[in-house]
Amino acid sequence: MAKVIVVTSGKGGVGKTTTSAAFAAGLALRGHKTVVIDFDVGLRNLDLVMGCERRVVFDFINVINGDANLNQALIKDKRHDNLFIFPTSQTRDKNALKREGVERVMEELKQQFEYIICDSPAGIEHGAITALYFADSAIIVTNPEVSSVRDSDRIIGILASKSRRAERNEPAVDVHLLLTRYDPVRVAKGEMLAVDDVKEILSIPLLGVIPESESVLRASNTGTPVVFDEESPAGRAYLDAVARFLGEQREMRFVTPQRRSFFRALFGRV
Amino acid sequence: MGFFRALFQPKRTSAQVAKERLKIVLAHERASNRAPDFLPTLQKELLAVVGRYVEISEDGIRVTLGASGGTSTLEINIEIEGGKVKKGGPSGSALSPAV
Repeated sequence: MAKVIVVTSGKGGVGKTTTSAAFAAGLALRGHKTVVIDFDVGLRNLDLVMGCERRVVFDFINVINGDANLNQALIKDKRHDNLFIFPTSQTRDKNALKREGVERVMEELKQQFEYIICDSPAGIEHGAITALYFADSAIIVTNPEVSSVRDSDRIIGILASKSRRAERNEPAVDVHLLLTRYDPVRVAKGEMLAVDDVKEILSIPLLGVIPESESVLRASNTGTPVVFDEESPAGRAYLDAVARFLGEQREMRFVTPQRRSFFRALFGRV
Repeated sequence: MGFFRALFQPKRTSAQVAKERLKIVLAHERASNRAPDFLPTLQKELLAVVGRYVEISEDGIRVTLGASGGTSTLEINIEIEGGKVKKGGPSGSALSPAV
């Protein structure tokens, strides 16, 4: 049975698209046929982060309006056979995402894919609500910072009241906390909220901690999901999170300051 | 004194301050965000009914739904302005059943 996962946060700029790209690629690497959908109508960016911006012909809105069929719009990733990208439109029409249309497309996607990752826009407006409406699971992307934590709390409340599962009185959407841009050195100095603090405040289960890492910007510069960078601590942390999502037990890495060897400190990159 | 305090009472870190501020603001927001939709209407209607008998101001009423232990509570707090009771029972206009 296909599973719909929304990647959401309320606040912008915390790493939703990076996470959507990394998580989708991670699931594909684990052998699951996965599609990642951009719900940020008008501000298309997933295509850039996934490195397929020049291959976009038809988009989500075209398919909703019946101007193209699903397979014309889906872009197959060149790095992995299991991975597909479903870009959104650059239209300025805010209401282009009609719920009935989205529902029909989702049902069609469920026939083809094991996992459907929905990359939500920021905010709590129509696009964000539509992105989370069909979700079975949610990944709440949060930075260890007051405004991000507050907005995450808000979006957790919205998931509990406005999702289709909530409306139909079905089992609740299962929510997971993913803490991104984590800096263990600053946490040790008392300058940044610790992972346990955020967990305690939001009281949802922790899926993973992604360390602040130069490799994330390198990955988006080149249009490569960060999990394809085997050297990257962030990439490895995302793969751990994917494994936990699939039910594996893995210890949290990158949550304590790393001791760097003398030579690495002298010559090494992150 | 200042010297000893600095020695024995370590300053709160900014992360600790952040955590406390978040806990307070979220406790407040959760209560209001998760309140059922009828609360504002209930509040308005209560204000109209009670206002027939005693003088109260628009913002002198607080209606909250809460839960403690196994029971839910509907708490209604109404401030009466200077304890004034209107004379002669309900005023004419408020007699109409529509509130």
